[in-house]
Amino acid sequence: MDISLLVSVLTITLRAGTSLVYATVGEIYTERSGILNLGVEGMMMMGALAAFAVAYHTGSLALALLVALLVGGLLAAVHAFLSVSLRANQVVSGLTLTLFGTGMASFLGQRLGPGGTYLVGLVGPSLKRIPIPILSELPLVGPSLFNQDILTYGLYIFVPLAGWYLYKTRPGLYLRAVGENPQTADAMGIHVAAFRYLYTILGGMLAGLGGAHLSLSYTKGWAENITGGRGWIAVALVIFAMWDPLRAVVGAILFGGINAVQFRMQAAGTTIPSALLNMLPYIATILVLVVITWWETLRKRIGAPAALGLPYAREEKG
Amino acid sequence: MSETSTRQPVLRMVGITKRFPGVLANDHVTLDLYEGEVLALLGENGAGKSTLMNVLCGLYRPDEGAIYVDGRPIEIRSPRDAYDLGIGMVHQNFMLVETMTVAENVVLGLRGLPFRPDFSDVSEGLRDISARYGLEVDPDAYIWQLSVGEQQRVEILKLLYRGADILILDEPTAVLTPQEVDDLVRVLRRMVAEGKSIVFITHKMNEVMVFSDRVTVLRQGRVTATLPTSGTSPQELARLMVGREVLFRLEKEPCRPGPPVLEVEGLEALNDKNLPALRGVSLTLRAGEIVGIAGVAGNGQRELAEVVTGLRTAVAGEVRVNETCVTNCSPLEMIRVGVSHVPEDRVGVGLVGSMAVSDNLALKGYRGPELSRGPVLLPSAVQRFAHDLIESFDIATPGPETRVKFLSGGNLQKTILARELTACGGLLVAVHPTRGLDVGATEAVRKLLLEQRNQGNAVLLISEDLEELMAVSDRIAVMFEGQIVDVVPAADADVAALGLMMAGGRPEPGGVAQ
Amino acid sequence: MRVVIEKREAISRSARLLVPIISFVFALIFGAILLLASGVNPLVTYAAMARGALGGRHALGETLVKAIPLMFTGLGVSLAFRMLFWNIGAEGQLAMGGLAATGVALFLAGRLPSWSVLPAVIVAGMVAGAVWGAIPALLRAYLKVNETITTLMMNYIAILWISHLYHGPWRDPGGYGFPGTAQFPPEAWLPRLFDRVHLGILLAVVAAAILWFVIQRTKWGFEIRVTGENPQAARYAGIDIARNIVLVMLLSGALCGLAGACEVSGVMRRLQQGLTVGYGYTAIIVAWMGQLNPLGVLLVAFLLAVILVGGDQIQLAMGLPAAMAFVLQGALLFPMLGGALFTEYRLRIVRTGARVTAVTTSSAVEEAE
Repeated sequence: MDISLLVSVLTITLRAGTSLVYATVGEIYTERSGILNLGVEGMMMMGALAAFAVAYHTGSLALALLVALLVGGLLAAVHAFLSVSLRANQVVSGLTLTLFGTGMASFLGQRLGPGGTYLVGLVGPSLKRIPIPILSELPLVGPSLFNQDILTYGLYIFVPLAGWYLYKTRPGLYLRAVGENPQTADAMGIHVAAFRYLYTILGGMLAGLGGAHLSLSYTKGWAENITGGRGWIAVALVIFAMWDPLRAVVGAILFGGINAVQFRMQAAGTTIPSALLNMLPYIATILVLVVITWWETLRKRIGAPAALGLPYAREEKG
Repeated sequence: MSETSTRQPVLRMVGITKRFPGVLANDHVTLDLYEGEVLALLGENGAGKSTLMNVLCGLYRPDEGAIYVDGRPIEIRSPRDAYDLGIGMVHQNFMLVETMTVAENVVLGLRGLPFRPDFSDVSEGLRDISARYGLEVDPDAYIWQLSVGEQQRVEILKLLYRGADILILDEPTAVLTPQEVDDLVRVLRRMVAEGKSIVFITHKMNEVMVFSDRVTVLRQGRVTATLPTSGTSPQELARLMVGREVLFRLEKEPCRPGPPVLEVEGLEALNDKNLPALRGVSLTLRAGEIVGIAGVAGNGQRELAEVVTGLRTAVAGEVRVNETCVTNCSPLEMIRVGVSHVPEDRVGVGLVGSMAVSDNLALKGYRGPELSRGPVLLPSAVQRFAHDLIESFDIATPGPETRVKFLSGGNLQKTILARELTACGGLLVAVHPTRGLDVGATEAVRKLLLEQRNQGNAVLLISEDLEELMAVSDRIAVMFEGQIVDVVPAADADVAALGLMMAGGRPEPGGVAQ
Repeated sequence: MRVVIEKREAISRSARLLVPIISFVFALIFGAILLLASGVNPLVTYAAMARGALGGRHALGETLVKAIPLMFTGLGVSLAFRMLFWNIGAEGQLAMGGLAATGVALFLAGRLPSWSVLPAVIVAGMVAGAVWGAIPALLRAYLKVNETITTLMMNYIAILWISHLYHGPWRDPGGYGFPGTAQFPPEAWLPRLFDRVHLGILLAVVAAAILWFVIQRTKWGFEIRVTGENPQAARYAGIDIARNIVLVMLLSGALCGLAGACEVSGVMRRLQQGLTVGYGYTAIIVAWMGQLNPLGVLLVAFLLAVILVGGDQIQLAMGLPAAMAFVLQGALLFPMLGGALFTEYRLRIVRTGARVTAVTTSSAVEEAE
């Protein structure tokens, strides 16, 4: 087995999977609060657009990331308002946000270029890869794990933090209660609506951040349909991860891996039609979902937060 | 128990009024509670007891009225405020997160809980309280692992851990065996001796006599009386509660059992958590008789009803209806074989809330030739059918097209009964049919059950109300831990013996074991 | 001062009608803001849109052409939604319908009697859509797999597939390099009524009528309604939910496949880019705003077509991006979603400080009738 090929695959896997991890963990938190957010794709798309547009016009990557966070959070706030305060149908609300977000991103992508023209195809600032001294010299893991951009490095801290927060802290405990049994959480004095708002917005922000990674690092630049359904794959990965942030990484790695394989095979010039290669992530998502669901049903494990997708209201009588 | 006549009440609720759409739940209610006493809050279902207490513990806001704790006027805006004042409630439906441990549940929403909670600390504290009041439970167990009685102890622990001095218990004995009820009395006495004050909500007169020092009676949202328990009797309480003489006995024709309608042999089944719920149940029901299933909730009664109606798969054993083997047949096949089902969960399972009364009434018979021709429904036939049933069963509804969710509890049940009784082809399975209904509706339901039996149908009645079972059934089967302990003729049954069996005791060949 | 949301005693009829109307107004306002931000006069724009979509026979024709696929997919999606089956796969089902129709038209037309070619094309489209919809349905019905994701993934697969076909193996050899198949033989053309408006419009109206009848008047329709309103009660009543999920999706997929077949056979007369432009996603808005009612679906489909066509027009005339129309669609649904609250609840403003002196409830913001 050629080491350099392995390194290359591993590197691409991590890079490809980064945006997915952020979006998936974000959605895990949202769903843990009991809110189903199907707007992740739209938020990622808008995040990608906003980040690139800001980076292009201001040259500041930090600002770009910040705006991506804000944009994702803002869209999620709309979903939170509709779902929590107005008790709207969460499936339709999320879908609408995706439609709206992708449409808006497309719209702005044609107006936010220099002088109000197209943003597509332009070259702008991107996140550079920063090799970590000493660690990047290690065989195999060195060049792949420790020669990435700042957002990927961010994951090394973010994911364990997300797991610790959920299971070992007071707010994490309360969050889990809210998603499992909002009536109980409410009766115990926990502010259900506040938690739902907070973690829905947080989820949106992370989705936006994931999108930013696409336009600032992975694909570099803005293109129509830059997310290619990753937001939806993230929603599927939440189920695969069984609502556990640490397991989300496994799923994202898997998909990053598929991306990497696609890339390598096309680069190597293969007879397999590119369309089929492009279909791989989507077919894989279906298969993964089928296997996981079937396996979980078989074991009758307690999976999704019990109150997921159901609006909660205190003053209902009876 | 202490002298209460001249002391300041530890809690006063004055003029509390609470309205819901279409219902005045509390009408200027005034209530006093003194330190170190157990006050019973007695009333029929729907009289406003739970509403009043929900106001007290911060889940509802009153439209009018005031609350005073230790003489100070206070406002309770949320459950947290109530906790801060030392007021806590154990609800009928436990407020517990199943996937979390006892300790985790206890600290939810606790003021001053550190950012990184130390659960070993909490567990220790819980063990102390457990020992002090006699509420044994493992702080590190997951809620789903606990029995219902143990879960109730967790609820009480929650309150004590937070330093509650005023505890409200909402119908706590519904889920307990008679022995566990004795344990509860002991726990309450210990708490009261330490100066705690307890409000005990119930609709059963005999519980008032056993548990309380004083009693406040509610009827239709208003207080009808507040009396010391020692100075009253169940009969007087019943009259205050209902406003008329309550008949404690039902007229019953003698039982004339016919051929077997339902035969269950060696039935085994799992519950929702994949644990064994039925462990070899065998039972025979004959036409023209009512067999009541007694037992504390969670001993397999629900699963038995579900297997017999096709809603749950049996892992082993056989079910026969009218001599036809129907083990693990679908709900549709069970319906076709003549099984009717009045489910425990009326709105969740037995009815489609957002559809019209007429649609709900047609839910069983829409496949048949009276209401449809080929694939097409006959709207006029459905309307006529609905009209007939509404009249004959006296269902109070603005019209047949009203969405069923707007009906009151009693009328919801009447709708289900109308449908199921009309369609009954031999076997009726009724699960907790009078739960939550007022006395009038309860009487009506019991009469209907007896009618079915007199017409030659078999009725399997599952109920938590021993009195009801003894009054209505011809035979009573006691279930414990997924098995039938014994089947006795209702006429020979007595509460003590049944209670013993419900708690796992074996039946004595002669009289009651002691 | 607190706002209380309390349940109404009866579902407000007036709210049901008002809510879509108010949503539409809100969407127009939101769109106006976007237009102003782009430096354009909203009133002029809206007028241009209306003229572009409705002014004259040709404009109306184009609007109808756009409305037809929205009607079919809207009907399909609304049927699935009725049963709480979140069919996001209308786009893919449409694509597969187009694929199958094309396959028959190009490769089987020669071997069939000429009168049967068109029906074969249409039927092929419906069958392909039905199969594409049935796959996620089977996964959900028997393996409990979440359909939102599977239907969506099938979209991507279908779109990639047809793209591969008309760029590659099915590409028109005499096509001057444009990606697309050869034109269909005339027997495979769906007849047109006027301009580009094809027979599909009649098929759509008939489909809506049949769907209305099925849902409201048949036993199966009753079962669908019950399952959608309360799946547990449906099971209790003996309804076979798994079977119904598959049947509903066969029908839903067929309707979407029909949309695809009509597009390739009636409008484009070949398979090329421009088939999958988002009708399947817009259908979700159509279905929801139409309140899952076949007549409502037809009306809303027409309305959205007006926005789409009008949007095209202003893009050409005023240089505004076509994406504008998509943004407006999204903007339409938000007030709709939020407004749905008011059919079942009403707002009340309550002055706090409830003491022995009674609290007065001030004017209700919304009144039930």
